[in-house]
Amino acid sequence: MQGRKGPSVLQPFYDVLKLFQKESIEVNTMHRFFVYISLIFVIFTTIIMLLGGDILLALFALTLGSIFFVLGGYASNSPYSTIGSERELLQMMAFEPMILLTAIGLYYGDKSFFIKDIIAAKIPSIVYLPGVFLGLIYILTFKLRKSPFDLSMSHHGHQEIVQGITTEYSGKDLAIIQITHWYETIITLTLVYLFFAFKSPVSHVIAILACIIAYLLEIVIDNAFARAKWQFALKSTWVITGVLASVNLIILSFFR
Amino acid sequence: MNFSKKSPWILHYDGSSCNGCDIEVLACLTPLYDVERFGVINTGNPKHADILLITGSINEQNKSVVKQLYEQMADPKVVVAVGICAATGGIFSECYNVLGGVDRIIPVDVYVPGCAARPEAIIDGVVKALDMLEERQKYARKKDK
Ligand code: SF4
Repeated sequence: MQGRKGPSVLQPFYDVLKLFQKESIEVNTMHRFFVYISLIFVIFTTIIMLLGGDILLALFALTLGSIFFVLGGYASNSPYSTIGSERELLQMMAFEPMILLTAIGLYYGDKSFFIKDIIAAKIPSIVYLPGVFLGLIYILTFKLRKSPFDLSMSHHGHQEIVQGITTEYSGKDLAIIQITHWYETIITLTLVYLFFAFKSPVSHVIAILACIIAYLLEIVIDNAFARAKWQFALKSTWVITGVLASVNLIILSFFR
Repeated sequence: MNFSKKSPWILHYDGSSCNGCDIEVLACLTPLYDVERFGVINTGNPKHADILLITGSINEQNKSVVKQLYEQMADPKVVVAVGICAATGGIFSECYNVLGGVDRIIPVDVYVPGCAARPEAIIDGVVKALDMLEERQKYARKKDK
């Protein structure tokens, strides 16, 4: 916009380092506890995924992490956090079916839920799961917390719900929330990666490129769209999941 | 290394100003001055803010609000009073309900003069405030040890 420069790419890291140097205001003990336990589950998920473990276990641990985060929002008793938590729950209702269907779809490749088997398959998953992949790209916006689906804790929503779930967090706790989000970003991009990686070593380079392209695409979408209402977020995601992913899986079940 | 200089988050509160200073504060965010490139975020949440930027004078109604905003901010924090109204009450100081400048109720670190304060002056004031923020951080860390 009009040659505006904007902050540097490293800005999120500066923010987190600064937050670590600040005081953390404690609303109540549970409120802080939930953030740390959420981080632990998300790290656990990342480790399972990167070690090639069971994708179902990883995704359930991820959901548990998100649930703890939502509980943290409720625990503070602030109206803004509560609205944020409610919206976060709605978002989870919207994208969880798609994530589960992704795991089920990936299972078809080698009849295994283990990531190390999925990336050692003979053909890349994208070949027989194009619908599931498009569905996953659609819900990526929720997971990366970008517009139009950044309903629960947007930086841009100051006028409306202040900062949603994060309203009552400050200092180190807020830094932990940001770090949790970084882990979540890694996890979601790993899901994109799984669609492209297979036996040949070259495919791993392509998979990494696909992750980068998906991330850049999300940034473009973030800048091009205004925030959607939750009704639209929920309905559209379910329609996309229902049509793209389910039809893809049904067709697949006929051929296998 | 101190990172508060790299990411100052500002909470802007409008007391009983004429809105002249507020427009100048917002002008700092426009592409011409673009303070966001220094990591400044105009947040709406006192718990996330490092700098409390107040325009306009204090009156009976906003007295408790300003006090509460200040108390809700996490340490280290600084206060910048923008415009003559925020410094002394300015042209509103004779009004029946105006108490005076911001320093009547909370400690102010930097006063930015002007009616309205120019964007350059406001940015200068914020930069000064950042130096104080750094000092305070160093002091807090020494106290911890
Ligand atoms: S200092 Fe002047 S411009 Fe600023 S709020 Fe007061 S009267 Fe308005």
